[in-house]
Amino acid sequence: MQEIEAIIERYGAQRRHVISILQDIQAQFHYLPKDALMEVAARVRIPLIELYSIATFYNCFSLLPRGEHIIKVCLGTACHLKGGTRLVEALERELGVREGEMTPDGRFSFETVRCVGACALAPLVLIDERYYPKMTQRKMTQVLARLRRPRPTAEAER
Amino acid sequence: MTKLRVNGIEVEIEEGASLLEAAQHLGIEIPTLCFHPGLSAYGACRLCVVELGDGRLVSACTYPAQEGLRVRTHSPRVMRARRMLIELLLSICPSSKRLQDLAAEHQVERVRFAVRDERCILCGLCVRMCAEQMMARAIGFVNRGYRRRITTPFDLRSEVCRRCGGCLYICPVCEARCQGVEAPSAVCGSCMTPAPTCPPVYEDLACYMGAAGECGTCVGGPRTLDSHSPTVAGRRVRV
Amino acid sequence: MRVRTLEQLRALEHELRATRDRKPCVRVCGGTGCRARGSEDVLGRFRAVLESEGLADAVEVKFTGCHGFCERGPLVSLAPQEVFYQGVEVDDVPAIVTQTLARGAVIERLLAQDPITGKRVRQEQEIPFYRRQQRIVLRFNGVIDPTDIREYIALGGYRALGDVLTHRTPEEVIEIIERSGLRGRGGAGFPTGKKWRLARAAPGSIKYVICNGDEGDPGAFMDRSLLEGNPHGVIEGMIIGAYAVGATRGIIYVREEYPLAVRTLQIALAQAREYGFLGEAIFDSAFSFDIEIVRGAGAFVAGEETALIAAVEGRVSEPRQRPPYPVQRGVWGHPTVINNVETWANVPIILERGPEWFARLGTATSKGTKIFSLVGKVANTGLVEIPMGMTLRELVEEIGGGALPQREIKAVQIGGPSGGCLPKALFDLPIDYESLTEAGAMMGSGGLIVMDDRTCMVDVARYFMDFLRDESCGKCLPCREGTQRMYELLTAMCEGRATDADLDLLEELAQVVKETSLCGLGQTAPNPVLTTLRYFRSEYEAHIRQKRCPAGVCKALIRYVINAERCTGCVACVQPCPQHAISGQLKQPHVIDQERCIKCGICHEVCQFGAVEIV
Repeated sequence: MQEIEAIIERYGAQRRHVISILQDIQAQFHYLPKDALMEVAARVRIPLIELYSIATFYNCFSLLPRGEHIIKVCLGTACHLKGGTRLVEALERELGVREGEMTPDGRFSFETVRCVGACALAPLVLIDERYYPKMTQRKMTQVLARLRRPRPTAEAER
Repeated sequence: MTKLRVNGIEVEIEEGASLLEAAQHLGIEIPTLCFHPGLSAYGACRLCVVELGDGRLVSACTYPAQEGLRVRTHSPRVMRARRMLIELLLSICPSSKRLQDLAAEHQVERVRFAVRDERCILCGLCVRMCAEQMMARAIGFVNRGYRRRITTPFDLRSEVCRRCGGCLYICPVCEARCQGVEAPSAVCGSCMTPAPTCPPVYEDLACYMGAAGECGTCVGGPRTLDSHSPTVAGRRVRV
Repeated sequence: MRVRTLEQLRALEHELRATRDRKPCVRVCGGTGCRARGSEDVLGRFRAVLESEGLADAVEVKFTGCHGFCERGPLVSLAPQEVFYQGVEVDDVPAIVTQTLARGAVIERLLAQDPITGKRVRQEQEIPFYRRQQRIVLRFNGVIDPTDIREYIALGGYRALGDVLTHRTPEEVIEIIERSGLRGRGGAGFPTGKKWRLARAAPGSIKYVICNGDEGDPGAFMDRSLLEGNPHGVIEGMIIGAYAVGATRGIIYVREEYPLAVRTLQIALAQAREYGFLGEAIFDSAFSFDIEIVRGAGAFVAGEETALIAAVEGRVSEPRQRPPYPVQRGVWGHPTVINNVETWANVPIILERGPEWFARLGTATSKGTKIFSLVGKVANTGLVEIPMGMTLRELVEEIGGGALPQREIKAVQIGGPSGGCLPKALFDLPIDYESLTEAGAMMGSGGLIVMDDRTCMVDVARYFMDFLRDESCGKCLPCREGTQRMYELLTAMCEGRATDADLDLLEELAQVVKETSLCGLGQTAPNPVLTTLRYFRSEYEAHIRQKRCPAGVCKALIRYVINAERCTGCVACVQPCPQHAISGQLKQPHVIDQERCIKCGICHEVCQFGAVEIV
């Protein structure tokens, strides 16, 4: 794959760069396709199982395609104390999927993360890398409603 | 060469040798599970922990011998730790004769955790065997933490696996299944009997003749051996 | 432009300072918290308004690093008027320009209020939140634009480096750090000078210095604010450290959850190279050194030294046995010094102001200041820097402003998942390494989470165990299996299924996990359990023996009930209930059908009359 080759060239085909290479692939494709992993293993000349270990070990990698909108609920300590778990449950109810899964229509992926470093404004939810501070279940419902509207570029307001 | 004390006995050994080697040099046996002399030391099962003079517990297989170190291989803290580790192991994989034997040797008589009947304790011997001895690197660890397991890439048939069987050979828990374990208890206890039950049935002690766990006579319970029991390697076994 | 000598630097510093002091300046906080609340739009509006008023050249507008008072963001401060505004919204901007900037008149409602007198205060220093802090490492946050090295130089930046490379030997630098008493700010508190000395003595011509920016503790964002707010402070510290230790290469390891920090660092490193502070022959000396950024990929365990080294080498972050320690054999076998972000940031300050000055701050064994992220159930959340030795009470009450309305503070959690919970009774403890460790907690990297009477300590222990069983690398049995089993036991307690025997088992298991785990993660994993058992045993017993959660948190043990006397019958809670479990006519008290209720808490969230109670 040309794009994979370009990414490898960016850092150099050495083992110590595999994590950066995988991160760029993840950023571009929103997940790590199997073929991409096999190509990287071949080019960088590391056993496929070792690359697969790395891909499954770290949080930032996903081996499955992710949805159009990626919702991340922060479950850091401050966010947990201020109701983060309730937000997770609310999303599970609203989206009909468990955390870590994607809705069948491919529109939403929903994950939990451990601390995005904005703890003073707990509980935090990130939607497409945008921060929503002091979230409540009600606000979550409203934001989801806005995102669900069938517009090509749904703008989520704060 | 470095001088250190193990259980109060002085021993001299090459710099950089492990505490396990130092103890073995003195004939002191420390239980191990994930260690194998032909493979790199991994330090994962923690069964070989020993107590250092400063109070820390460290794995003997990976800790390097240092001048003046004081080591205790069977202190009360070490024994308590080993017992809990064995209890944890049994809760994962009760049907392993190796683990049941360890339990017997360490007086572990109960398992207080919910039992999961898995076939792997993640000791990593198979991974190291495949990588270091067979140079294949067909299997490895995936995921992290409580989700960690051993498999091939994408759980698919491996192209580099040569079907050598080394992983099966080296596995400490799948080599021999214990036949005595019955729910709900995860500890069989039959191997703890001081009087082996095979002599009345067979000519000699079956376990030491290489049929460990196969003859089935020491396995407790009301099941009996009779003419309908199948035979394995020429001997009647319970099923 | 390349700075080759100390004299050149001084001249540049004077020139830049004169220029910057000429113009008034609007400093908008660009920390993540304020950005999340719209400070980017505020900045944009300032630029737009100043442009339309014809003042674009007369007034400088810039983003600064996290200014600390996150609870009251977005924060805007004005120089030279020295006015501190909080909660600034986009629509406030025109008024600020026409009134404060143009006429020097303050806008009262944007000023902070003294919590006791109720008086509005104008300056940052008058606000109790700031007054009691000692902002030394954070001195440039809220003041300088982190993406412009000239602002750092204008305030004396890189002077310490120039002095070190012109006048001091590596040995002398190590000695200075030793005399200062600086201890690692990442959590363990290992004496920094000692670490450097060991690395210097280790054989090898290639050595590394690494900045540990993994900051995995949930609830902590000190390092983030330093990397984003004052990257040069960290960079300068690393260069000085590299010189002292004899390192040729440096790495800043930043967790991938901090993309802004990565971007800010990339800009800062490029500028440092441009000015000759990184690269060949720095300050015309024989010393050459450069730094690269390595991004984390999402693993808490990567904060552990040997696991971090594995990640840098392109492997999974699995720790290994120590010895050998990283200072002896680290990255690719070379001696490596790994220090935390805050530790590095202290270095240029110590070199500039002297180790004796530094040693006067803090206590006998814990010198200097410490940055904390003060979060949780407290009135003033944010980033604070205090001298070591301040009591927990002063931090939580005076700076933190005490409990939230109608609540009572119960405990603080310090040290993240490796730390512990300390009860209110111990709030007179001084904050220093030894006192906290003795009490069963740990200084940690600086996350300090306040908990009140609505926090269930059993739930907190379970939360941490859930975190740890997932973040454990999974290599060693006691950590991997032990954290999972502790989680199972704690879950049983939270769901009312546990017995006293389970409590004994939990304690026994916790002890073995602590003693036999391979690395720091596993060795400290039981701490949240052990400290909550030590200080809040009664809560555990209530869960086990009475099947009751005193704090009203554990869903299986609580019920949501509507107080008929307080209910006004407004029907506000009826529609949002996902289970349609609330019935009641307008103006009649409502009732929750307990069979249908899933205890999501939305009715509690929505009710304006406090009629929904947790029993």
